[in-house]
Amino acid sequence: MNRHFLGDTAVLLGRSLRHIARSPDTIITTAVTPIAMMLLFVYVLGGAIQTGSGRYVNYLLPGILIITIASGISYTAYRLFLDLQGGIFERFQSMPIARAAVLWAHVLTSMVANLISVAVVVLVGVAMGFRTGASVLDWLAVAGILVLFTLALTWLAVIPGLTATSVDGASAFAYPLIFLPFISSAFVPTASMPGPVRAFADNQPVTSIVNTIRNLFAGQPVGTGIWTALAWCAGILVLALLFSARTYRRRTA
Amino acid sequence: MLAAMSTAIRIQGLQKSFKDTKVLRGVDLEVSRGSIFALLGSNGAGKTTVVRILSTLLRADGGTAHVNGFDVATQGADVRQSISLTGQFAAVDEVLTGRENLILVARLRHLKDAGTIADDLLERFSLTEAGGRRAGTYSGGMRRRLDIAMSLIGNPPVVFLDEPTTGLDPEARLEVWQAVRELAAGGTTVLLTTQYLDEAEQLADRIAILHEGRIIVNGTLGELKQLLPPAKVEYVEKQPSLEDVFLTLVGARTEGGHR
Repeated sequence: MNRHFLGDTAVLLGRSLRHIARSPDTIITTAVTPIAMMLLFVYVLGGAIQTGSGRYVNYLLPGILIITIASGISYTAYRLFLDLQGGIFERFQSMPIARAAVLWAHVLTSMVANLISVAVVVLVGVAMGFRTGASVLDWLAVAGILVLFTLALTWLAVIPGLTATSVDGASAFAYPLIFLPFISSAFVPTASMPGPVRAFADNQPVTSIVNTIRNLFAGQPVGTGIWTALAWCAGILVLALLFSARTYRRRTA
Repeated sequence: MLAAMSTAIRIQGLQKSFKDTKVLRGVDLEVSRGSIFALLGSNGAGKTTVVRILSTLLRADGGTAHVNGFDVATQGADVRQSISLTGQFAAVDEVLTGRENLILVARLRHLKDAGTIADDLLERFSLTEAGGRRAGTYSGGMRRRLDIAMSLIGNPPVVFLDEPTTGLDPEARLEVWQAVRELAAGGTTVLLTTQYLDEAEQLADRIAILHEGRIIVNGTLGELKQLLPPAKVEYVEKQPSLEDVFLTLVGARTEGGHR
């Protein structure tokens, strides 16, 4: 590893964070849609959804957090694409810096921006009646899973960011990710779904992640679900890292 | 290594294809230290490809290229330490201010006193007043000047300017020319690509023409002119060129550029 890697990453991270501070609309836009969804489901549809005892907002929030992250990471692809198009990416690449720092700065920026969005959504959830008996340890576990999930999806977002030929293309990949929670246990228990749909919903990553976070918030035992959730996150992360590193090398060689 | 002392850029048999298109078919070129070298060619002639290979953004398919004595294929980090690239489109960060752009580059070049370096360059490129404004609000000429200022940070011995005046108005063009001349006067080697003949004529010590993937001529302006039959003497009334008219009418700012 290049001896300047950490320093260069820090300098470039400062640059990207300044971008976000100067156009905080990216964080607001990221948080608005999930909040609107939360309002819609809690106050309009939620009354008709049977999730057992407890408030529906408690059931819903984990899935909403996943949607927040899934839409937030598309900004990573967007920002990376703009850097490539504007020529500043090539300027960085032709400078004596650690080349990996350019990507890591974008990834870390995504972590910061998404965690702010998630915090905003959680606060709105609390205002809508979300309550949890989670201990500090439970909260740390929730944060850890969300960080790992964000990291995995961000590296996934790096791929379209590097390869897209238009702004729309760079962010379009996020739509299926935003849609995935709808066919999971995020909004309704999977038991209410017909066979094949239920089979898909039970075995896709969102369900295990959402169930784990929900159990942590409720102070329930997480069982083996947490390992399934972590395995999904780690698996996506490793694959995304490999593919984005390959794309990056091809792009810069 | 002796050759490397006087030769800043040495290219031998450089080849590059994109899919089935052979863009470079064996380019040979030498640029001596401290000179301004113009690579002339029409759109799509492969000028940018040469520059991208020299700045380690692209790998050649064949041939060798050395910059400042370092092989671009095997000593990329040393090459990058020796160069700076100003691409075809002013690569500045539009969200950051002019000053922040300069500080960013100074930090990435691992220099101390990034703030002082930035202020000096703003002064030198007459951007002091604009330094606190976002680069996105700059005119084309100001962006180009900022772009070139960013390239000079750390005093790299070799500077690549890829079509530095494309899309600029005549005034801004003269400003850029002035900046390039100052660079070379300070001992920096400048390789510039251009499709404007007068730009090469104005700036370059040597000119090479890249055509269909090869260098078809290479020499000083005088040598190139001798390739054609000697000029016929004709008597014509001297009319001011449109450029003269334009520059006279728009006023004093351009005076500095002419000097």
